[in-house]
Amino acid sequence: MFKSKVKILQLAITLLACAFLFVPIILSVLAGLTANYFRGISSGLTLKWVFEVWDLYANSIFLSLWLAIACLVCTLIIGLPAAYGLARHPGWLSRLLEEFISLPLAIPGLALALALLQLYGSMKGFRTSWTFILVGHVLYTLPFMVRSILAVLASMDLKTLEEGAASLGASPWQRFRDIVVPNAMPGILAGALTVVTLSIGEFNLTWMLHTPYLKTLPVGLADSYASMRLEIASAYTLVFFILIVPLLMAMQWASARAQRITQ
Amino acid sequence: MTNRTFVMACLTPLFIFSILFLALPIVRLFMASGEGDAGWAVYVDILRKPRYLNTLVLTVLVSLATTFAALVVSTTAGMFLVRNRFTGRGTVLSVLTLPLAFPGVVIGFLIILLGGRQGLVNQLTPGHVVFAYSAIGLFLGYLYFSIPRVLLTVMAAAEKLDPSLEEAARTLGASPYRVVIDVIIPGLMPSLVASGAIAFATAMGAFGTAFTLATNIDVIPMVIYTEFTLSANIAMASALSIVLGIITWILLLIARSLSGSTVAGGG
Repeated sequence: MFKSKVKILQLAITLLACAFLFVPIILSVLAGLTANYFRGISSGLTLKWVFEVWDLYANSIFLSLWLAIACLVCTLIIGLPAAYGLARHPGWLSRLLEEFISLPLAIPGLALALALLQLYGSMKGFRTSWTFILVGHVLYTLPFMVRSILAVLASMDLKTLEEGAASLGASPWQRFRDIVVPNAMPGILAGALTVVTLSIGEFNLTWMLHTPYLKTLPVGLADSYASMRLEIASAYTLVFFILIVPLLMAMQWASARAQRITQ
Repeated sequence: MTNRTFVMACLTPLFIFSILFLALPIVRLFMASGEGDAGWAVYVDILRKPRYLNTLVLTVLVSLATTFAALVVSTTAGMFLVRNRFTGRGTVLSVLTLPLAFPGVVIGFLIILLGGRQGLVNQLTPGHVVFAYSAIGLFLGYLYFSIPRVLLTVMAAAEKLDPSLEEAARTLGASPYRVVIDVIIPGLMPSLVASGAIAFATAMGAFGTAFTLATNIDVIPMVIYTEFTLSANIAMASALSIVLGIITWILLLIARSLSGSTVAGGG
């Protein structure tokens, strides 16, 4: 099948790229399960590091899950009606607004965090509460939610559907609830999974916004990389993988499904 | 409630949120950049003081190298995966897109496992080979981050390429090399520019990877971080953030106008 030299070269580069991406992941998983990584696998496999991670960092894992759920709720409350508004009211003003809220995709999280810190840093109650981190997460994930829903809404003939319902006496709210939301469901699902996945993995903004008492999972990871032995850092990374990989797969499945609908 | 007011009401939460937490903070950041001792000349200082200029040059060089390498690797792999069906193709594709959800810190750690003091390369080779904390480590970290993103963009474009064009070129006597140069690359060009811009922009702004790896070398995001936290040079940190933000924003604007899609940034 792979006869020509060109094909063999292509295959080699593809496999090399796979190895580059996958070998460190295996190393990390192994290191997290090995009794003494420096002596190698021969020192035996153990779950003791994973338990130790649980003792040390369980709080950060729960905080991340809690933040992800809160972030999902916020992006739904803000993003779902907004996507509908943008779809119903196309024009340069909507384009501009969409472009504006997409800025956090382009501007590095570090810069956004500095901006938030300088404006709200002196409001102590807000600065030290978990809602400050939440604002950062919503800021970063909101464009994904809005665009995901907007793509689905833009692909269907919303206007005709709504006019039909309106002629039967449905109020704007009824139309939103009974026509828009059910039809936008694939986009909502894809957006929701993206928001949760990104929120759990968010580091750049969170590192700047967090306080010593509020460490999220990735912040805890950075902490363990800097100050813990390699086995604990690896075991913690393993916990992160177990959490994030199924989410990523679900997200890719939902996004592909939503994309098929828009085509 | 009329239609129009309902639609406006739908947009209100978004409007309020983005004014409060996006527009106003960015304005504040910009104002803060001019409030230092140097005033607005802080932007001139970036280009005049060697510390900032050297860092800027190094960041651009590492980002360019990353972009080039990611384009070469991902285009080759992407074309191969689009044109060939074989057992294990799905697995290969999953492996290549798996890192999409990894934050930069985790990628930095993975590079340490490869090239750190207790890393794989140092264990396998006789000499003392530690490259994780140098520009090479940073380059590999950014490359790790960029390969999946470039791959997805290029594959989407490659699926739309017409194979009969390549066949036509071949029947007319073109060598495989000429087919790549004259048919495939021009066909992929918009997606190559788009994904290249994404790779470059994410490398320029990558904080997480630099945070774990850049202990010995300075890149712009690390300088912003240290100026802000250690030196309390808030004006310079703000000015560098503004410059960096404008660069990455323009690049991603170009990317989006060419490919119409956005792959998540961050890093």
